[in-house]
Amino acid sequence: MFSFEDLKAASGIEFQPIDINGDAGALFDRAQIADAARLLKEKFGFVQFMDVVGHDRNERKMRFEVTYNLRNPTSFERIFIKVRCDERDSHVPSLAPIWSGANWAEREAFDMLGIVFDGHPDLRRMYLPDEFAYYPLRKDFPLMGIPGSIPLPSTEGADAQFDIKGQNV
Amino acid sequence: MDLSDAVQSEGFVTSKLDDIVNWARKNALWPMPLGISCCAIEMMAFAGPRYDVSRFGSEVFRFSPRQSDLLIVAGTVTYKMAKVVRKIYDQMPDPKWVIAMGACTSSGGMYRTYAVVQGINQFLPVDVYIAGCPPRPDSVLKALMMIQDEVAHDKPFKRGTIIDMTDDKPLIQIATPNIITPAHV
Repeated sequence: MFSFEDLKAASGIEFQPIDINGDAGALFDRAQIADAARLLKEKFGFVQFMDVVGHDRNERKMRFEVTYNLRNPTSFERIFIKVRCDERDSHVPSLAPIWSGANWAEREAFDMLGIVFDGHPDLRRMYLPDEFAYYPLRKDFPLMGIPGSIPLPSTEGADAQFDIKGQNV
Repeated sequence: MDLSDAVQSEGFVTSKLDDIVNWARKNALWPMPLGISCCAIEMMAFAGPRYDVSRFGSEVFRFSPRQSDLLIVAGTVTYKMAKVVRKIYDQMPDPKWVIAMGACTSSGGMYRTYAVVQGINQFLPVDVYIAGCPPRPDSVLKALMMIQDEVAHDKPFKRGTIIDMTDDKPLIQIATPNIITPAHV
């Protein structure tokens, strides 16, 4: 049975325990989560990456939180590791180099909340248009968006804006 | 004396050019099926044997905008998709007609969010809107018949002007908003 105390004993990485509906969870410091994640994968067998979720906690300090959902397929254990960051410095280390499954999931968290994953191989927007300047899952984003923030094609004639290389398509 | 009697006895009929062109157009409206979400399932039923749109000459679903006359936008149009929808519309040759099928397409429907265009009339000229979520195939047939009615009362040769298409040989082109223009040739 895995416990985060084992991880602490093996590496000395500090954590703050969190119970997530009966599953073990731990909040790590931003500087140490990558080391902890690597150990969890290589030494404790959490090789299966399930998901990564970003949250807007709507608080002044440590506004954003990222939760990684991990699973050990041999012992059937599931754990959650978390990391938080401030709004002004919304950077957390990417775990995509450790679990490649985190690649698109972290892109989605970046797309929706603007959390920047340092070391991510391809941090682009996932769903929204590239020119979109806002992060819609933040709590201060209005439901109907910012009017005019995404351009629509014109109603009159073939719109040159959307032609390929200026050719008449 | 009806039409077939006239053809059989006289061998010809007289009519107006407008009417002949409109008759041909309205009975061969080839749809461009732009099935973006669940309305597309009802659109398939509309084309299938039970509702049988081939009774109206529209059974030829062209998956190329270059060969179609009628754009059926069937589904939720997001802002990202709006550019694609508009591009497909622009690629269709004139004359062309647009059906906005379903609540999402017509007004955003239940998707009252930042990501969904609240009605495709914001970037497309729409001829017929269909209510429903999704509409029944009967409603799509009704919309098609309304388009046919619109086509039948069109006056394709009334607003025409003559444009020189080549250097030596002037071609007659009718530059109504509905008909071909040099930019599309």
